[in-house]
Amino acid sequence: MSIFKEQEYTKRFDFSLWKKLYRFIKPYKKRMLVLAVFMLSLAGVDVILPLMSKYAIDHFVVPQQTHGIVGFGVVYFVFILVQSMNIYFFIAIAGKIEMGISYDIRKKGFEHLQELSFNYYDKTPVGWIMTRMTSDSTRLGEFISWGLVDMVWGVSLMLGIVFVMLFMQWKLALITLTVVPVLVMISLYFQKKILKAYRRVRKINSQITGAFSEGITGAKTTKTLVREEENLLEFQEITTKMNRSSVRAAIFSSLYLPVVLTLGSIGTGLVLWRGGNGVLLGTISYGTLVAFISYTVQFFEPLRELSRVFAELQNAQASAERIFSMIDEKPNIQDTPEIIEKYGDITECKKENWPCIEGNIQFKEVSFGYKEGEYVLDNFNLEVQAGETIALVGETGSGKSTIVNLACRFYEPTKGVVLIDGVDYRKRSLLWLHSNLGYVLQTPHLFSGTIKENIAYGRLDASEQEIVEAAKLVNAHEFISNLEKGYDSEVGEGGGLLSTGEKQLISFARAILTDPKIFVLDEATSSVDTETEKKIQDAIHKVLADRTSFIIAHRLSTIRSADRILVIQKGNITEYGTHRELIKQRGYYYRLYSNQFMEERESELLTA
Amino acid sequence: MKKLYYLWQFMKGNRALYIISIASIGMATFLSFFWPMVLRITVDSIIGGKALEAQGWLKPVFSSAYDFFGGRTGLAGKLWICSIFLIAITLIRGVFLYFKGKWSAVASESIAQHIRDRVYDHLQLLPYDYHVKSKTGDLIQRCTSDVETVRRFLAIQFVEVGRALFMVGFALSFMLPMSVPMTLVSMALIPFIFGFAVIFFLKVKKAFQLSDESEGRMSTVLQENLSGVRVVRAFARQAHEIGKFDDKNSEYRDLTYRLIWLLAWYWSISDFLSLIQIAAVLILGTFWAAQGIISLGTLLAFSTFVGMMLWPIRQMGRVLTDMGKTMVSVGRIHEILDEPTEEFHEDIEISVKGKIEFNDVSFEYETGKPVLKNISFTVEPGQTVAILGPTGSGKSSLVHLLPRLYDYTSGSIKIDGSELKDIDKHAIRKNVGLVLQEPFLFSRTLKENIGMSRIDCEDDEVFNAAQIASVHDVIMDFQSGYETAVGERGVTLSGGQKQRIAMARTLVMNTPILIFDDSLSAVDTETDAAIRTHLSKREKKATTFIISHRLTTLAEADIILVLEHGKLVQKGSHEELVSQEGLYRRVWMIQNSLEEELETELKNNNVKTGVDNKKISLETA
Repeated sequence: MSIFKEQEYTKRFDFSLWKKLYRFIKPYKKRMLVLAVFMLSLAGVDVILPLMSKYAIDHFVVPQQTHGIVGFGVVYFVFILVQSMNIYFFIAIAGKIEMGISYDIRKKGFEHLQELSFNYYDKTPVGWIMTRMTSDSTRLGEFISWGLVDMVWGVSLMLGIVFVMLFMQWKLALITLTVVPVLVMISLYFQKKILKAYRRVRKINSQITGAFSEGITGAKTTKTLVREEENLLEFQEITTKMNRSSVRAAIFSSLYLPVVLTLGSIGTGLVLWRGGNGVLLGTISYGTLVAFISYTVQFFEPLRELSRVFAELQNAQASAERIFSMIDEKPNIQDTPEIIEKYGDITECKKENWPCIEGNIQFKEVSFGYKEGEYVLDNFNLEVQAGETIALVGETGSGKSTIVNLACRFYEPTKGVVLIDGVDYRKRSLLWLHSNLGYVLQTPHLFSGTIKENIAYGRLDASEQEIVEAAKLVNAHEFISNLEKGYDSEVGEGGGLLSTGEKQLISFARAILTDPKIFVLDEATSSVDTETEKKIQDAIHKVLADRTSFIIAHRLSTIRSADRILVIQKGNITEYGTHRELIKQRGYYYRLYSNQFMEERESELLTA
Repeated sequence: MKKLYYLWQFMKGNRALYIISIASIGMATFLSFFWPMVLRITVDSIIGGKALEAQGWLKPVFSSAYDFFGGRTGLAGKLWICSIFLIAITLIRGVFLYFKGKWSAVASESIAQHIRDRVYDHLQLLPYDYHVKSKTGDLIQRCTSDVETVRRFLAIQFVEVGRALFMVGFALSFMLPMSVPMTLVSMALIPFIFGFAVIFFLKVKKAFQLSDESEGRMSTVLQENLSGVRVVRAFARQAHEIGKFDDKNSEYRDLTYRLIWLLAWYWSISDFLSLIQIAAVLILGTFWAAQGIISLGTLLAFSTFVGMMLWPIRQMGRVLTDMGKTMVSVGRIHEILDEPTEEFHEDIEISVKGKIEFNDVSFEYETGKPVLKNISFTVEPGQTVAILGPTGSGKSSLVHLLPRLYDYTSGSIKIDGSELKDIDKHAIRKNVGLVLQEPFLFSRTLKENIGMSRIDCEDDEVFNAAQIASVHDVIMDFQSGYETAVGERGVTLSGGQKQRIAMARTLVMNTPILIFDDSLSAVDTETDAAIRTHLSKREKKATTFIISHRLTTLAEADIILVLEHGKLVQKGSHEELVSQEGLYRRVWMIQNSLEEELETELKNNNVKTGVDNKKISLETA
C-alpha cells in the first residue's frame, strides 16, 4: 500500500561498516575486554562441571568409598559461587555496554539532526528518523554487547568441550564430533530462515497497525461512504496474510529444535555405543562416559546462540547502515569553518563577536528552487528597510513561503545573494541571524511542558515577571490565569491540551520575549472565535512595531497595516505598493481583498 | 474470573487445537523422561552387572524391552540398540515438540486474527457518535498491543504452563519409584526457585514500567523536536534541545540499566539456587551411590531430571506474573466489544428519488439539550437547499440526520414518502452522499481514493467525478497523476485539494441525495463557483444540501434555510429572504458595504504611514 519500501540490505559482512562503527565501540573497549574475560570464565566453569561429575563417579561411586566427599562438595560450591558471580557480572557489564552504545548513538544522532538543513527534513518522513533514532540504535547496542557475550561464550565453550573431549579420549571424541559440521550447517540455515520469516511477520504487523489506525481515524468517512464491508474484506486480507506468515515462522522455529535435538542424539548415541563398549572393555571409565554424554548435550546451546548471532548480523548491519546514512548526511546550509571560528557554533557561541543587527534586508538577483531545475523564484529583487512591515499575499504555492524561508536562511539562494545590513548573510553565522529572529507559524508548535516553559523558549533566562509581561502584551495573560494551574499548566504533547487560538497567543508571547529585530509571521487561516481573533490581531500589531517583518498574510487588518504589500504570483512580484495604491489599481489584489472582505464580515456575523 | 471467561470465549473454534498442542507437549515431556531411563538401564544393567530394577509402573515397560533383546548378555554385545533407542525417543519426542509448536501457533494465530477482525468489524459498526468522542490513540493501542499481549500469552505462555505442570507431574511419577529420598532431595529447592521467580517479577514490574515510560518521554522529546524543527531553528535553540534530549536519553539509559542490573541479580541468584539444587543431587546421590544405596544409573537419571525441570519452572514464575497483564488486555479489548453497534438489515436495496419532508423534527444529543427544534420543510427531487446559520446553530446536525448518522428524537422525516427511521441504515447511506467538512483520505493512490466508494468503479467515472470537483487538473499536475499516493509518505495536499478529492469520491457514488457539510470552505471562491456549475450540468440532478457561508453559493439555491439556535427562522428563495429583515439580509448587505468602505478608505488622504494604518485596522477589526 505504501509506495516507500524499506531498503533491503543483503550484504554478508561489511567490513568498512564495522570500521565506521568502531568510533562508537571505542569508549567501551576496556569494558568489553573485561566482559570477554567473564564470558571465558563462564564457559570454563561450564566445561568443568561435567568433569566434576566424572570425578565423583570415578572416585566415589565406582570404588564405593566416600573419603574426601566433603572436600569435593566444598570445591563444587566454590565453582557454583564463581559461576553465579560470572552471571551477575556478565549481565551487568553487557547491560552497561548495551545502554551506553545506544545512548551514544542517539546522542550523536540528535546532535547531528540539529545541524541538518530543512531540505533533509523535507524529504525524510519523521517516522523514518524516529526509527533510526529508536529501534535501530537499540538493536545496534544490543547486538554489539550481547552478540559479544554469545560469541565469546559460544566459541570458548565449544572449543573447551572439544579440547577436553580430545584430551580424555581422542578416538571417542572424533567419532562424536562427526555430527558437528552437519549441526552447524543446519543451525545456520534454520536461524536465517527463522529470522527472515519473523522479519516478514513484523512488516505485516506494521501494516495491521496502519490499517487499524486508518480504520479508526477514517471511521466517520467510512460510514458516509458505506464501505464497511469492503474495508473489512481488505483488512481480513492483511490479517489472513499475518496469520499465514506467523504460522510459517512458528513452523520453522518449531522444526529447528527437533531436527537439531535428533541430530544431537545421534552424537549421544554414538558415545553410548562406542563409549559403553569401551567401559565394558575397561578402556574407558564410567565417569568419562558420563562426561561425554553431558558434553554432547551441552554442545547444542552455544551452537544455537552462535548461529542466531550470525543470522542477526545482517539485521544489525542494516541498522548500522540506516544510522550512518543519517549521521553522514551533510547539512547543505552550514557555516564555514572560518565563520565558526569567529562567531562560534551551536555548542559554543561567541556572542561577544556578534555584530549588532539593524534589520535591513535585500534580495539581490535571487533565484531558488527546492528541486534542481525547478525554479520557484527567478531573479528576484527586493529591498526592505529596517522596521518595515512587508505583507506577502498570493495563492498557495506562489512562492510566498519561499521568500520567507530564504530571508530566514532556512534555505540559501541558488543564485544571487541575500544581504542583511548590507552583508551577505553567508558571511555571518546562522546562529546570529536566528537569534535575532522572531517566528510565528501558521500552525503553532508547542513543546510538552508548562505554559511558562513554552513562553520562556523565546528567552531561556527570562524571569517570571518578564514571562507574565510578554503574555500580557499579547493578551494571553487572561486565559492563562483562568487555568487551574495558571502558568504552570501543562500544554500536553504538541500543545494538544490547548485550543488553536490559545496556542497562537502563546507562540506570540514566545516570539515577543525574544525581542527580535526581524519578525516572520505565517498567519493562520483557521478560524477561531471572534474574541480570540481580536486578541490575536491586537497581538500581531504589537509584535510588529519597530521590527523588520515579513508576513504571509490572510487577514485584512494585517494586510492593511503593512507598509508595503507584495502580490506574489508564480515567483514574481506582480503588484506592489500600499493598500490604497493597490486598491486603486483594481487588479488581483483588489479581487482578493473584496473576497476576503466579505468572508470576514460574514464570519463575523456567523460565528458570534 | 469474568476475564478468563472472555479469554475462553476468544478461544472458541480453536479449543480442540489447544488440547492437541497441550497433549503434544505432554507427550514430549513424557518422552523426555525416557531418555535418562534408557541411560540408567544401559549403565546399570548392561554395562554394569546389576539386575534390571524397575519399580512400580515402569517395570513392565522396561523389563519387557530388556528381555526382548536378550537381557544383559544379548544387549552387551549390541550396545547400538540402546543408542537407537535414544535416537528414536528423541525423534518421536521431536515430532511431538513440532506438533506442539505448530498447533499452538495455528491456534493462537487464528485466535488473534479472529480478535483483530472482530474488533475491526465492531469498530466500524459502532455509531457515528462513538467515533466523534473516542480517543484515537487509545483505541489503536487496544487493537494492536493489547491484542499482541493476548496472542503472545496464548501462543507461548499458555502452553508453557502446561509444560511445567507436566514436567513436575511426570518427574514425580518417574522419580518416586526409583528412590524416595533422592526425589525429596531433587525437589528440595524447586519451591524456592519458583517462589523467587514469582516474587522477583512481581517486584520488578515497576522497573519495567519505569523503563518503558522513560522511553516514551524520550520519544516525545525527539518527536516534538523533529516536527517542530522550524521553531527550534528560528529560535536558535539547538543547544537547549540537545540538553533536553540528553536528559531524557540518559534517564532512559539509567532506568533501563537499572532494570538490567536487577535482572543480573535475579539470574545470578536463581542460577545459584539451581546449581545448588543440581549439586545437592550430585553430591548426596554420589554419597548414597558410594554406599550402594542407589545405583550409578539412578544417580545419572536424577541428575538429568533435575536439569530438565529447572528451566520450565523458572519460566513459569514469569508467566504467572505476566498473566495479570494479559487479563488487563483482555478487559480492554472487551470494553470495545461491549459497546452496542448500529443495527443493519442485510442487503436491502432501495431506490430513492429524492423528495424530502421534515415535519416538526427535533433532535438532541443529550436529553434536555435540544440541538434542533421543531423543524419543518419540504424539498422536491433535484432541488438545491442551502443552509445558513451561525456556528452551533445545528446546521451539521440537521444534515447528519439524513444518512441516519444520528436519529431524530421526535417528529418525522420522510424520504419519498416513507419514514426515514424505518429505512435500513446501510440502504439509506447508499443513497445519501455526505461530504464532511474535514474529510479523511486513505493512504492509497488518488485514483483508489476517489474510486473507493464503489467496487465496480471505472477509471472514466473517477476522471469524470474529479472533473466535476474541479480537481482533475490539479491531479494531472502531480508527477504521478492519479497514481500519486496520499498520506505521510505521499504528497502533501492542501485543505482545499483534500476537500475536492473527498467530493469527487462522494460524486462517484451517484447518489440521488448529496450533502456538502461546509465541505468547500477551503476552496477559493472561483473554484467553488466552477464546481457548482459542473454540478448543475449533471444529467440526473441530485437533491442537494449545501452548508456554506458564501453568498453566491447561497443565492443560487432553490430553497435557503436559515437556522439560529436550532430553530428554522427563515425559509425561502434568495429574493424572498433579501426582502425580509433577518440574518440572510444582513449577510447580503455586506457586499454593498464593501464599496462604501473602500471609498472612505481611499478618501482618507491623511493616512500615510503604516503606524496610522494600524490604528484604523484595530478599530475596524
